[in-house]
Amino acid sequence: MAASPDDRKYSKEHEWVRVNGDTARIGITDYAQDQLGDVVYIDLPEAGATVGQFEKMGEIESVKAVSDLFSPVSGEVLRVNDTAVDKPELVNSDPHGDGWLLEVRLTSPAELDALMTAAAYDAFTAAQPA
Amino acid sequence: MLEPHAMQLSRPGRFAVALPPPGVPPQETPPPHLLRDELRLPELTQIDVVRHFTRLSQLNWSIDTHMYPLGSCTMKLNPKVNDAVASLPGFTNAHPLQPASEAQGALAVMHGLQAMLAEICGLAGASVAPMAGAQGELAGILVIKAYLESRGEERTRVLVPDSAHGTNPATASMAGFDVVAVQSRPDGDMDLDALRDALEQHGHAVAALMITLPSTLGLFDRNIVRIAEMVHAHGALMYGDGANLNAMLGQVRPGDLGFDVMHINLHKTFSTPHGGGGPGAGPIAVTDALLPFLPAPHVVREGAFALIDPPHSIGRLGAFHGNFGVLARAYAYIRALGAGGLRAISEAAVLNANYVQERLRGAYDLAHDRRCMHEVLFSGARQKAQGARTLDIAKRMIDYGYHPPTIYFPLVVDEALMIEPTESETKETLDAFCDAMLKIAEEAATSPELLREAPHNAPLRRLDEATAARKPVLRWDRDSR
Amino acid sequence: MTTDTRHAPQTRRRIDGTQLHPYIPLTDDDRLAMLKLIGAASTDALFEDVPAAYRNPDLRLPDPLSELELLDEMAELARRNAVAGEYACFLGAGAYRRFRPSLVDALVNRGEFLTSYTPYQPEVSQGTLQTIFEFQSIVCELTGMDVANAGMYDGASALAEACLMACAVTGRARIAISDRVHPNWLAVVRGYARGRGIEVDVQPHGAFALTAEHACLAVAQPDFYGRVSPGAAAWGDAAHATGALFVVAADPVSLALYRPPSAYGADIVVGEGQSLGVPLSFGGPYVGLFACRDAYIRQMPGRIVGATRDIEGRTGYVLTLQTREQHIRRERATSNICTSTQLVALAATIYVQALGPRGLRRVAELCYEKAHYLAGRIDALPGYHVERGEPFFHEFAVTTPKPPEEINRALLQRRIIGGLDVSDYARHRMLLCVTETNTRAEIDALVEALADA
Repeated sequence: MAASPDDRKYSKEHEWVRVNGDTARIGITDYAQDQLGDVVYIDLPEAGATVGQFEKMGEIESVKAVSDLFSPVSGEVLRVNDTAVDKPELVNSDPHGDGWLLEVRLTSPAELDALMTAAAYDAFTAAQPA
Repeated sequence: MLEPHAMQLSRPGRFAVALPPPGVPPQETPPPHLLRDELRLPELTQIDVVRHFTRLSQLNWSIDTHMYPLGSCTMKLNPKVNDAVASLPGFTNAHPLQPASEAQGALAVMHGLQAMLAEICGLAGASVAPMAGAQGELAGILVIKAYLESRGEERTRVLVPDSAHGTNPATASMAGFDVVAVQSRPDGDMDLDALRDALEQHGHAVAALMITLPSTLGLFDRNIVRIAEMVHAHGALMYGDGANLNAMLGQVRPGDLGFDVMHINLHKTFSTPHGGGGPGAGPIAVTDALLPFLPAPHVVREGAFALIDPPHSIGRLGAFHGNFGVLARAYAYIRALGAGGLRAISEAAVLNANYVQERLRGAYDLAHDRRCMHEVLFSGARQKAQGARTLDIAKRMIDYGYHPPTIYFPLVVDEALMIEPTESETKETLDAFCDAMLKIAEEAATSPELLREAPHNAPLRRLDEATAARKPVLRWDRDSR
Repeated sequence: MTTDTRHAPQTRRRIDGTQLHPYIPLTDDDRLAMLKLIGAASTDALFEDVPAAYRNPDLRLPDPLSELELLDEMAELARRNAVAGEYACFLGAGAYRRFRPSLVDALVNRGEFLTSYTPYQPEVSQGTLQTIFEFQSIVCELTGMDVANAGMYDGASALAEACLMACAVTGRARIAISDRVHPNWLAVVRGYARGRGIEVDVQPHGAFALTAEHACLAVAQPDFYGRVSPGAAAWGDAAHATGALFVVAADPVSLALYRPPSAYGADIVVGEGQSLGVPLSFGGPYVGLFACRDAYIRQMPGRIVGATRDIEGRTGYVLTLQTREQHIRRERATSNICTSTQLVALAATIYVQALGPRGLRRVAELCYEKAHYLAGRIDALPGYHVERGEPFFHEFAVTTPKPPEEINRALLQRRIIGGLDVSDYARHRMLLCVTETNTRAEIDALVEALADA
């Protein structure tokens, strides 16, 4: 598997967050989509909702599995990626790009310190049982 | 397309069956605004209906056509005499609400089955009202809840091993309990330390331990008596999932081991047809203390047979008295076997599974290397490393003419492959099956793509399940075709 | 608990080289060869993990029977039931005697349908899967809903699951339900609700009072007394005004004649599939129908089949949206159900396809016409009064001059199974049902017997 992009931070729950000013984009990692298999459904909070760091923010389903999504940061949801909701296969084909899930306004930027760098995350996933 | 949808066969004006005239004077019709104006159902002539469903049936694999070693599902011979019994007009034409005095035959069957199941399980009584295994589970857990409440105890948690069937936690949740998972040890038995910790941590909040025996790993838990003692010492009850009762028939009775409640899948252990997904029946058997809480109705013999509501019944589970047609088949099965026959069933089922285990142990990794009971659990980990996953092994089995076993269950074993041959197969069939499995293991090592692309000669190749779930098409729509 | 089992000696193992029982093929030679490979001294040794103190219980079961003996015994038991066909039967109340075309059983009893499992391997289960898809299509058409599942245990449990689903959809924990829902169905709803801690408000039919706490309003149409209300749309509006779902339990045969519940605002429609040509069988197995609007599909319980294609582009069917179900979502599943009562759903599918739209409607009309003929004749009898406040389909309540129990005893003497006793504190009442299977001669005989009773 290719190295994770180093323009963002990662959580142990396999979500990434890429900060741009006081907003941030959230998605799941390439590793996570590979573990899940074909993504068929995504359930996300609506714009205006608030999410808390490491708290459940939604669900993602493959044909035969369902996983909780945990927000890597606290914030207010600004935008949901409707394209990915309509075409969940985007999460498989481009998890770090067009397959992003949410955009939030950060409420506690200091939380980012609790997340992993790309290198740390890749080491973390490499240590997971196959 | 293998067979057109019935709507594609439909032609306006056709019909397969004629109906008689009313034979009564014309009546005033209902008000027009209450009537429907359109009903788009297939219009087929009789030969079309017969061929449509005959051809559809031929696309199915079944016990009647193929060995079907689906672990934890007990796909055994479904004796035809059972169907003949259930089809007797005296049974099929009996109305559920006709007076008990005019239904003594049906009630005798239900009463007899209640008694025989209780005897087989070593428990005080049984209810045959639940209409499926999962509903039996729900009834059993509600009985426990009602019993505890009657003693003024508010217990809110149910312990479930991590290897349990998914219905166990789903049932506990439907009954309003929180689920606490308990781990098993590498040898497959329940981890007594984990159980002790869970019991101590959750103390008097624990209502029951739900446990399958033999376990979903195909193993008889060697500590079962100790487990029951620990659970009872905390004032909780032992719930038995009877999915694997086939291994214990006449060998050992769950009630004697300390179980308080168990459900029984008549469509597994007692040979009633699975029908492609039901109907089943999920009777429950309980200890003396729990009898007053059994579901309604219950059959008693007070001179004649009668239906009653037990005094503290958890209530009804269905509109009537349970799946009588299924009950009659199971009754016939037990009557055909008697005590000795039932014991011979479990003996042969366990012998067959151990034989398969022995023949395949070199080619596939055993999840637990010890005597198995009625089913044997392998892991496809070795083949996965060679480039063929358990799913691929399963699909390749279709090419060899065997229905795949249960795969990816239980969840605690990587690439699980669970084989339950049942007592119904001849040694020749078992040998041919094992030969095919050995051949597939060889293929996995030498040409795994053969497995990954399987099945090659089934009616259909692999289906696109992802698109089916992303863009669900769940009904006929004339505009979309 | 009484038992009528006899003490019987255990069947002795015969060592004569033959198999033990028709259901168990292994011979002694087979056993010995297998044990040798396994390295076990005896089959007993295979049970070494079972605590010895509990091994080999003495089961008190009746002696085994050969097939010939078994058939005799069962036929004798079956004869102890008075049954429709030999008796004229006017009982309905949720289970209806139907004319069943001969092709239904001939096709349902094909072993490939009868003895297959849940279609988890779609490549070798297309027969079952396509049948489910056709069943879903029929249920959608009859109810007017967008989606249907593969079937539930029965109509009563389907209604209970619909109420639980409404709670999941709305996030509310209280349901309103009409007091004219079948009393046994009400009991089932209460049982399922109790487990989940949901409150059940049984409300007087037609005078519903809903609040923002209610997850749904559930009604039966026709109701328990056979009546079809023209005013159902107002109930749907009332439910929606408070944010509740409108749940309708409908008889599927009636839906060939009457407008579908979608026409009056239903969000979830359930029904007892037994009336689609399924035998009475003393109460089961039946099949619950379950359909809803598209928006709620992810909260729908039960199995669902969808159309797709295989890798060569051929149409095929698969189980889909499985993440709702217990085998994946476990304690968070929409329900613990894992059956679809498939064989009964198959029977219903064949029945509907054999009759077609006009045949099914004709069945409904025959029921309607014969029932109204009977009602008219009973009304003319002194002391009897048919309740006609609302239009009825093929069941109706009759006020009787004496207790229905007494009347029914007299009817049985003339080989007639009368109606259900639905007396209340104020009056003697009987619920009578007529289906297409009741002949005019039976109906006239009933009228005569009621006059004499």
